[in-house]
Amino acid sequence: MIELLFSISVGVLSMCGVYLMLRARTFPVVLGLTLLSYAVNLFLFGSGRLIPGNPPLIADGVERYVDPLPQALVLTAIVIGFAMTAFVMVLALRAMNDLGNDHVDGRAD
Amino acid sequence: MLYLIPLMPLFGAAFAGVAQRHHRQGAAWLAAACASVSLGLLLTNLDSVLAGVPAMTSMPWMPALGLTLSFWVDGLSFLFALLVLVIGLLVILYAVYYLEPEEPLGRFYGFLMLFMGAMLGLALASNLILILVFWELTSLSSFLLIGFWKHRTDARQGARQALMITGGGGLALLAGILMIGHIVGSFELPVVLAAGDLIRDHSLYPVALVLVLLGAFTKSAQFPFHYWLPHAMAAPTPVSAYLHSATMVKAGVFLLARLFPALAGTDLWFFLVGGTGLITLLFGAYTALFQHDLKGLLAYSTISHLGLITLLLGMGTPLGEVAAVFHIINHATFKASLFMATGIIDHETGTRDMRKLNGMFRYLPHTAVLAMTAAAAMAGVPLLNGFLSKEMFFGETLHVDLLGASHWVLPTLATLAGALAVAYSTRFIHDVFFNGDPIDLPKQPHEPPRWMKVPVEILVIICVLVGLFPQYTVQWLLQATVRDVLGQSVPDYSLALWHGFNLPLLMSVIALAGGVALYAVRHRLFALHARLFPEISAKDLTEDRLGRLLLWSRRGTDRFENGSLQRYLYLLVAIACVATVLPFFGPGEVLSPLTHPFDLISVVPLALIVLGAVGTVIMHRRRYLALIPLSLVGLAVSMVFARFSAPDLALTQILVEVATVILMLLALYFLPQHAAPTASVGRVWRDRLLALVVGVGMSALCYLTLTQSPKALSQFFLDNAVPGGGGANVVNVILVDFRGFDTFGESVVLAIAAVGIFAMLRDLSLKGPTLDDCGRPWDTDRHPIVLAMVSRPLLPLALMVAVYLLLRGHNAPGGGFIGGLVAGSALILQYMANGMRWASDRLPTDMRPMVAIGLLIATATGVASWVFDAPFLTSTYAHVHLPWIGEFELASAMAFDLGVFMVVVGTVLLILTRLGAQSGDAPKRADPPPMEDIGP
Amino acid sequence: MPILLPLIAAALMMLVPARYWPAYRWLGPVATLFQVPIAVWLIAQAMGNGYVVYALGDWPAPFGIVLVLDRLSALMLMICAVLATAAHLAHQARPSEHTRQFQVLFQFQLMGLNGAFLTGDLFNLFVFFEILLIASYGLLLQGGGPSRTRAALHYVLLNLAGSSLFLIAMGVLYADAGTLNMADLARVVSERGPDELILVQAGLMLLTVVFALKSALLPLHLWLPATYAAAIAPVAALFAIMTKVGAYAVIRVLTLTFGLEGSETTPIISTLLVVLALATVAAAGFGALGSVSLRRLCGYLVVLSIGTVFASVAVLEPKALSAALYYMIQSTLVTGALFLLVDLIADQRGPIDDSLQLNGPPVRNPALLGTLFFATAVAIAGLPPLSGFFGKLMILRAALSADFAPWLWGTLLVGSLLVLLALSRAGSRLFWSTDGEPLTPAPVPLGALLPVMLLLAASPLLVVFAAPVHAYLDQTAAQLANPQGYVLQVLGGGNPKGAEP
Repeated sequence: MIELLFSISVGVLSMCGVYLMLRARTFPVVLGLTLLSYAVNLFLFGSGRLIPGNPPLIADGVERYVDPLPQALVLTAIVIGFAMTAFVMVLALRAMNDLGNDHVDGRAD
Repeated sequence: MLYLIPLMPLFGAAFAGVAQRHHRQGAAWLAAACASVSLGLLLTNLDSVLAGVPAMTSMPWMPALGLTLSFWVDGLSFLFALLVLVIGLLVILYAVYYLEPEEPLGRFYGFLMLFMGAMLGLALASNLILILVFWELTSLSSFLLIGFWKHRTDARQGARQALMITGGGGLALLAGILMIGHIVGSFELPVVLAAGDLIRDHSLYPVALVLVLLGAFTKSAQFPFHYWLPHAMAAPTPVSAYLHSATMVKAGVFLLARLFPALAGTDLWFFLVGGTGLITLLFGAYTALFQHDLKGLLAYSTISHLGLITLLLGMGTPLGEVAAVFHIINHATFKASLFMATGIIDHETGTRDMRKLNGMFRYLPHTAVLAMTAAAAMAGVPLLNGFLSKEMFFGETLHVDLLGASHWVLPTLATLAGALAVAYSTRFIHDVFFNGDPIDLPKQPHEPPRWMKVPVEILVIICVLVGLFPQYTVQWLLQATVRDVLGQSVPDYSLALWHGFNLPLLMSVIALAGGVALYAVRHRLFALHARLFPEISAKDLTEDRLGRLLLWSRRGTDRFENGSLQRYLYLLVAIACVATVLPFFGPGEVLSPLTHPFDLISVVPLALIVLGAVGTVIMHRRRYLALIPLSLVGLAVSMVFARFSAPDLALTQILVEVATVILMLLALYFLPQHAAPTASVGRVWRDRLLALVVGVGMSALCYLTLTQSPKALSQFFLDNAVPGGGGANVVNVILVDFRGFDTFGESVVLAIAAVGIFAMLRDLSLKGPTLDDCGRPWDTDRHPIVLAMVSRPLLPLALMVAVYLLLRGHNAPGGGFIGGLVAGSALILQYMANGMRWASDRLPTDMRPMVAIGLLIATATGVASWVFDAPFLTSTYAHVHLPWIGEFELASAMAFDLGVFMVVVGTVLLILTRLGAQSGDAPKRADPPPMEDIGP
Repeated sequence: MPILLPLIAAALMMLVPARYWPAYRWLGPVATLFQVPIAVWLIAQAMGNGYVVYALGDWPAPFGIVLVLDRLSALMLMICAVLATAAHLAHQARPSEHTRQFQVLFQFQLMGLNGAFLTGDLFNLFVFFEILLIASYGLLLQGGGPSRTRAALHYVLLNLAGSSLFLIAMGVLYADAGTLNMADLARVVSERGPDELILVQAGLMLLTVVFALKSALLPLHLWLPATYAAAIAPVAALFAIMTKVGAYAVIRVLTLTFGLEGSETTPIISTLLVVLALATVAAAGFGALGSVSLRRLCGYLVVLSIGTVFASVAVLEPKALSAALYYMIQSTLVTGALFLLVDLIADQRGPIDDSLQLNGPPVRNPALLGTLFFATAVAIAGLPPLSGFFGKLMILRAALSADFAPWLWGTLLVGSLLVLLALSRAGSRLFWSTDGEPLTPAPVPLGALLPVMLLLAASPLLVVFAAPVHAYLDQTAAQLANPQGYVLQVLGGGNPKGAEP
């Protein structure tokens, strides 16, 4: 059952993300992308299935581990996402500076 | 050997400019030399042509395309090449006197030679694709030549129009030829010509025929593609004489004659080719009569004569073919000479308007005689070559039986056309050379220099000679040509001046008489014409259409591509949805669900996520507030990670979260605090709809993926982590070892981001607001003492933690990234607590070297493994199996992780401090506090 | 090696303190130049033993990441190297104050490109995409100015969204196929029945969308013209290959997973692709015709070339594939040349810059620039005797057997007519309808012309040596036509001690 809940929350996340992404101002768009990236990370993480309480730390006597690969991928994704967010945030500032407003198309309205 | 014939002029084209620089007629001399050489080479093939064994040469070029560099000299190509070269030579000579010395002669002759080479290639090539290549080349060079007087608008437009139409035709031809090649299986002319029946019976024949005809008709200015030709007259007269009367426009009919054996002989051919020819013939002749510009008259008469040739070819009878080829020669001679004469008149009087030009006979008697003779030939007056071919033409029209009962139509129309031809020829003669006195000429006319007339003389002499003694002058050539064209025994025909009294003769007489009569009543005709067809220039029409097309495409594009990111994103997402859903309509079922029970510990964060996400949306306009639910989401996500056994992820997520929020706070300091809603209701709902779709889709997809039965790839990592990677924390082992390359790339991304951001912020001057959104002034307390006191001792502690995480990362949660992030945020705290100045004199602000070093360390670690002759990034542990290697292995993987660590710290610091620096400097301009106090 | 070289160079260049910078200027160009011999060597490798598999960290696929070098990737590397060299030279010829940033980012960009061409692992592909993207963001911003910022903002945001899609696709694929290695994925696909593949297919479709965005396929092409028009010339020239990365990825994934002769799904994809591609060609044609500035025109030409390539790929036949590749080589290089050339011309026209609506002053040396522009135009419009014509011819011939041939023929021919129109208008505007005296006193420096000529030279060379090139391409297509070889090589461990990456 938990899967269902998990998927729903991922869905909600991406829904909100997309909606914000479609706004006309840079800041909401960035927020949206952040939300979306959360959703995506969770999604990717989920592709390794949800297994509570078996961290992939090899120890004696433990047979069942969660699939570690997605975790590695997600970790990479998170960090890249951070880099991108930072970049786009600064770019937004730059746009604010160059274009004089924070509209994604740079047109003052 | 044959290659040289087209190559010589091209060579000339290449060096014309150079030659011009050395001698004021250098280009002309060079051109003449090249042309003569080619001519000589061509003539060496004479006897082989007469013997009917065409000389061939061929070498493969693009087997994939069936394109070979193959040339041959059979009758037709010989004839055509001869035409090109002889008239070419005369034109070169003529142009020397026509063009002013200060004009860029080098360029002119360069283009002219280019054209000549292309034309020769077209004539001699025996591979269809090769023909096509040269075909397009002629279009290009004619474009350049028409536009030679580039300062004139009509020249530019004429050039563009010619290129557009002939180029378009070329594309059609390309398609047609490809089809023929597809049908026959080869592009070699001999093969194609032999496969006539195969082609005609093929289902693609009509399409191919139409396409090829499109190519030919556009080139030969057949109705309704004729209109580019009159405007091509904006070119210098030598060009008109050469390209647009003698050679290039003949390329179309040449092609028809070329492919005659392959394509002709069907009713479709008869009606298409013959019909077009007939219409063009009449139309051209009629329009020519009403032109006031000499060149205009000649242009339309050219069109009509081309129509005549087309019509002859269209009849598909052997004799028609003969007549066609014969008329190609004749027309070339008299029309070229006429153009040159016109050029002289234009050159001497400064106008080409027949309403002004009168009584020129007095001023230029010599030229007048020449011109009149040529004009007479054009009219088909006996004793001149035009007469002969026209006779043959009339004769042929009588023998066409495809029209059945209405067989009389063709001869009648032919005669009418003849009459019109006579009429406009008469007008040319009478209006220009007699008919009273000239009316305000720009210049006082007098005879041109001797050598300017020589070319005209030569051509006119040819006209006369051919007219008088056809059997001695052209018979042999005609023989050879026709034999090769028809690829069969030549029909018996007699080229003679006098065939006795017969129908054709009668028709000629009628034509002559009628023509004169028409001319006599011309004034009434002009009036009538003016009333019937008000003056509309086809050029303006096309230019107008073109303009509209242009405008239309511009508007359309702009409307579609309105520069709105929202639309682009919308499209992207929508398409993504469609594409993803598509396969689910295919066959197949999704595997059986396997699920875990529902437990509270996991519900809480998930619920938080939902709440936070929604909250963010609701508050997204009140921006600082919006950050709170956002960070809430981040927190919850990391909780989820932790819950579902991903400690590393949890750690990373929370740290990244911290960094992100700080970043956004800083950024928000410079952005409007909140924004009024801009989107229209419609858009909002549209977006919501899409968002909903995405949400549902994601949920479904996610659920599906979650409930798949897991595949057993991961086992490998679990098994090999300790023995292979020497670490108990599988995730970390994957990061630094199994998939170290990803991590590597990822740190590169961070580094680039650092560089990019550095670049962006360097020359950026941001102004922060002095009042917050409620109008309260910002708090001016710079460094809250408490925060500073707390944070300073915190720093070493945090750094220790960071290093600890870094070191133990291989076996327990932690590692380069996490360590780096911890250290990074710890340092950031210092900046925040104590302000830029305090921090920057203790820590460097430009972190790029650190980042670089980090990268280099990581790289070095990877490269080091080459020393052990192992691939990049191999951790040494995997190779040298000695008991003490445990330590060693640690060193290798650790170093890599250390590199990552440094990159992360460097980047995080760089980004945040640069941004902080921005606001740190802010007080200099406005007076806002440092960023730690930002926010309500 | 082609991946590491630029990285090291870039890192070193970052290290050099600002005051010593002038002394280290040579680093970048040299590093770029080195790409060429390497690419040649790799092509030789590829021709030698078909595939070269290089297991990073010495972990066999599908567990570790492998780099796979085959004829296709070698070819792409070659194009990239040549283009990069020219672009770099062009940038050297016109030094701007940002040159160091440029150098660093440029190297990173190269690293990303090469990596993307070489990697045999999807997630790794993602990482390299990110590298080349973020580098390109930086490059795009070179020179500053509002228009660039706006273009960059759009470009970045769109691509971020694209990246998210990429990750989702990854998740789907991994969840269902349990692997990220392309070869392994191909194996899974080939082993399973079509009705067990839904999720995988969904993932692949999503991937295709992402690649389509990267390669600016309609209707995801809208970002391109503005972006390319905004970038400084060398960058725009380099970007000429960015779209081709997407094309490469599509070709790679398509051939590997669905194969040419194809499963049930192939027709869907093929029709989908061809429709989009032809629509792209048409839209781009009209866009080019309607362009108000030369740079936008060039942007549309890029889009058009991409459309053509995809249309040919969608025929899903080895012959068509090799034709597409031939066309891709030439269009990439020539458009690159055009971007550089346009910049030179625009410079000489002063304030009017590259506008196509106003008459500008004549350029200082019209003969030279005019000839170059004419040649470029001829090559792009697909007129003989330059490579464009033959590329077009090959595509048309190869597509003859396809059932949508009439559409393809019609669109491509009309498209090239539109281009012909657009270019002839542009040409006569630039070189014929000029008034006043030349503005700039000095003619264009040879240093700036050299790269243009270099790229342009590719066109006649491709024509003259069409036969060998085509032979290579045919083998490439053949190689792509049977993914089994690839799978075997990669999963069979290949030769871990193969050539250096």
